[in-house]
Amino acid sequence: MRRKISLKPITLLLFLLTFVSFGQDDAEHVGYEDTDRASEVKEYIQHHLKDSYDFNLFSYTTDSGEEKHFGFPLPVILWDNGLKVFSSSKFHHGEEVAEVDGGFYKVHHSKIYKVEGTNGEIIEDEHHHAINEKPLDFSITKNVFLIFLVFGIMFFMFSRMAKAYKNNNGMPKGTGRFLEPIVLYVRDEIAIPNIGEKHYKRYMSYLLTVFFFVWIVNLFGLTPIGMNLTNNIAVTLCLALITYLITTFSGNKNYWKHIFWMPGVPVPMKIILAPIELLGTIIKPFALMIRLYANITAGHVVLMSIIGMIFLFQNWIGSSLSLLLAFVLAILELLVAALQAYIFTVLSALYFGMAVEEHHDEAH
Amino acid sequence: MEIPAIVGAGLVVIGAGIGIGRIGGSAMEAIARQPEATGKIQTAMLIAAALIEGIGFAALFAVN
Repeated sequence: MRRKISLKPITLLLFLLTFVSFGQDDAEHVGYEDTDRASEVKEYIQHHLKDSYDFNLFSYTTDSGEEKHFGFPLPVILWDNGLKVFSSSKFHHGEEVAEVDGGFYKVHHSKIYKVEGTNGEIIEDEHHHAINEKPLDFSITKNVFLIFLVFGIMFFMFSRMAKAYKNNNGMPKGTGRFLEPIVLYVRDEIAIPNIGEKHYKRYMSYLLTVFFFVWIVNLFGLTPIGMNLTNNIAVTLCLALITYLITTFSGNKNYWKHIFWMPGVPVPMKIILAPIELLGTIIKPFALMIRLYANITAGHVVLMSIIGMIFLFQNWIGSSLSLLLAFVLAILELLVAALQAYIFTVLSALYFGMAVEEHHDEAH
Repeated sequence: MEIPAIVGAGLVVIGAGIGIGRIGGSAMEAIARQPEATGKIQTAMLIAAALIEGIGFAALFAVN
C-alpha cells in the first residue's frame, strides 16, 4: 500500500516533464520573427523523429550564446578499411569532424560520411544529397540502445515473473498480477480464435514478444526521454519481416494451393489469381510495417506540433489551449500505443492462421 | 507533378475516412442490436479499420 501512494506523484511528475523537455529548447529565444519560430519548431520535430549518435536528453543556449547539452555519448562502430570503434562525443554533437586512425568522419543529417581532413566539408549535389563516401555503420545509436534497453526490461520482467509463478504454486505475484490478464488476453482472444486450438501454441512466444515489445517501445516514445523506435521504418520493417518469414515457413500445402492454384474457380481465373495472391503475401507484411510506422510518426508529429504552437501563439489563451489539447492528445497516444501493439499482434496471428489452416472440402 | 499527387492523396484519405466512418457506424448499429456481442464486434471493427487506415497512410507516404 505504501508503495502505491509514493508512485502517484512520480508518475505525475514524469508526465508533466514531457512538456518541460519540449519547452527547454525554445524558452531562451525571445524576439524572433514568427516564420523563424515556425521553422524552428519544424526543425525541432524533424530532429526529434530522427535517430542520433548520442543520447541527448535536452539542450539549451545560455545567455552568452553557449550551447549546453545534457546526455551521454554512445559508441560508434564503423567498418572502413578495418574496424573503428570510438565514442560519439568526438563529433561534439555533430558539429565537428572526428579523426580516428587516419580517417575523418562527419555527421550530416544523422548519417556518418567520410570527409577530407579536419576541415573537410560535406559536398552536396543539386538535390541536396551528400555525395561523400559512407563507411559501413554498425553503431549503437539511440534506437539500437533502446532496443537493448527494452530487451533488458522485458527479459528481467518476464524471467522474474516466471520465477514468481514457480515459487508461488502458479499464483501470480507482483508484476504478474498486472500482466497475467494481458498474456491471457493475447492467448484467448488473439491467438486461439485466429490460429486455432491445434496450432496456436507454436506461435504464442512470438505473438507475446511482439505485443509487449511494440507496446513498451511505444510507451517509451511518450516519455520525456524522447526515444522512439517505432517511428523508425527499419525497425517496423524487421518486425514485419519476421512475421512474413514465420508465415511463409509455416505455410502448409493448403496455404500454397490457395496461392498458386486457387481451388473452386475456373482455370483462366486461376492463372490471373496466382500472381495477385503471390503479391498479396508481400503486401500484407508491407502494410503491417507502414501501419505501425505511420501511426506512431503521425501521432508524434501532431503532438509536437501542438506543443510547438505554444511558442507561436505567445499569449496565455493560445498557450493554455495548446497545453490542454496536448494533454488530451497525449492520453489518446497512450491508447494508440496499446492499440497498435494489439493490431500488429492480431494481424500477425491472422496471417499465421491462414498459413496453418486445414483443408475444408465443403468450404469453397 | 506535386499538386496532382497531393490531390490524389487527399482523395484517398477522404475515401479512407468514409470507409472507417461506415465501419464505425455499422458497428454502432450492430452493438445496439446485440449488446451482448460488443466485444466481438469491437475486435472486428478495429481490425477492419486498421486495414483501411493502412491504405490512407500508404497514400500519404506516396506523396512524401
